[in-house]
Amino acid sequence: MPWPFEREYMQLALAAGVIVGASAPLIGTFLVQRRMSLMGDGIGHVAFAGVAAGLLIEVWPVWTALVFAVVAAVAMERLRTRAQASGDVALALFFYSGIAGGVVLLGLSNSFSAGVFNYLFGNVLFVDRNELVTIACLGSVVVLSIAIARRALFGLVVDEEWAGVAGVPARLLNTLLAVLTAVTIVAAMRIVGLLLVAALMVLPVASAQLVSRSFRGTLGWSVLNGVLSVVVGLSIARAAGLAPGGTIVLVCAALFAVVAIVRRRGPVLATTGG
Amino acid sequence: MNPRVDSGAALMQAASISFGYNGELVLSDVSVDVGRGEFVALVGPNGSGKTTLLKVILGLLRPTSGRATVFGEDPESFRDRWRLGYVPQRPQLAGGLPATVEEIVTTGRLARGRWWRRLRATDREAIDHALRIVELDGLRDRRVSELSGGQQQRAFIARALASEPELLVLDEPIAGVDAEAQGRFRDALVHHVRVHDGSVLLVSHELGSVAADLDRVIVLRNRVRFDGTPQQLVESGVSLGVHAEDLPMWLEELR
Repeated sequence: MPWPFEREYMQLALAAGVIVGASAPLIGTFLVQRRMSLMGDGIGHVAFAGVAAGLLIEVWPVWTALVFAVVAAVAMERLRTRAQASGDVALALFFYSGIAGGVVLLGLSNSFSAGVFNYLFGNVLFVDRNELVTIACLGSVVVLSIAIARRALFGLVVDEEWAGVAGVPARLLNTLLAVLTAVTIVAAMRIVGLLLVAALMVLPVASAQLVSRSFRGTLGWSVLNGVLSVVVGLSIARAAGLAPGGTIVLVCAALFAVVAIVRRRGPVLATTGG
Repeated sequence: MNPRVDSGAALMQAASISFGYNGELVLSDVSVDVGRGEFVALVGPNGSGKTTLLKVILGLLRPTSGRATVFGEDPESFRDRWRLGYVPQRPQLAGGLPATVEEIVTTGRLARGRWWRRLRATDREAIDHALRIVELDGLRDRRVSELSGGQQQRAFIARALASEPELLVLDEPIAGVDAEAQGRFRDALVHHVRVHDGSVLLVSHELGSVAADLDRVIVLRNRVRFDGTPQQLVESGVSLGVHAEDLPMWLEELR
């Protein structure tokens, strides 16, 4: 492959980044429409406690983070639907409990090391073949699930009450969306880090909404923006010796700014299907 | 005023329904029904319990006492959801939601079940037909948020029609809609009743342009105050014309 992806570690980073760059905005499109953009952040913080638990009990942190994230996602969804706590209070509960739990567990394991920072801020350049396979499996689960449930999830996003009357299994699909969010976060934590993972779910969608008339088009543009941000971000990070996770997110933000400026000067770019 | 309950061929029925919020009774021993091929309006002033009754009938709320049935089944366990087309009050469409008219109408086919499979030719035909009925086929690729209030309302009626329902239930669909849009709305409902032999339950605080097409009017103010034909209501001295103020004023005076 040509520069900057001529080295194996860059090819592994590119492959992992493209998978996450495609799957994170796919989930994010539904979260943004449901005004649950920060759910990814809340789950990410709990996944940090999962990483710490993995380091403590000497299990690969990806698995423990996955368990913690899925449990948190289901619990957040339950809290939301049962209205036991308002949305922002429920999120705050998970934000602070997750970080606090992670700090306590890390203290117990005496492992405040560079490895922890790779999960917090990401380091896609350290992804090995085993990790790539795991990320590919998690990404496939997300993409396949969305491909199957896309129509019903869209109906739910438009109007949850109507969807219930129409026989759409709202509880099942809400739980599915929460679990897929957790899976995506764990898949993405090595790419952009747990603290920035929600950005990859939200910013590409924000750009896509500016150029698309349709929901289908928004999904397509979001994925394109996510993948483009990863490729450009990795290239810039390699050329300038920058942290890849942060660079990818900054490219996402820059892309949004560019699209917003172009959008203000002209009509909606995409029409049918776009 | 003569309350009437005919359980014979009722597609939807509420029998002796009572319901309250925080101890305050909103519905008291309410019995209503909608038969096959009927065009029924459920009217009442704001706060009369219309939407609450509808939510009980749809299985969204459980009554304190009484029983509701939809096509003879309990609304919560009712399986053939496609038979019931529902247009909610002011659909909660997020302002920035990027969705076309066709995409919104397409979700109506979810009521047919098998939401995991791809759309088939029969689905496409039903969606096209629903769009034609509400005269939005020329705007199918437009973003819904760019449409007028009346056009948006018609898009949501088309979503309900897309499942090819036997009974169409609409909650305050003409509130804030101009006269021209009301006319198109009326045409869509009449088409459903006359061409498809469907039934309509229209919940509203005004009858607007559909007054002349109704088979029955049910007046609700916490309990059923009137259940009969529009002619019977007119004979009691209440005018139902498009611009008449009699009905809203009369409803407000009900105690």
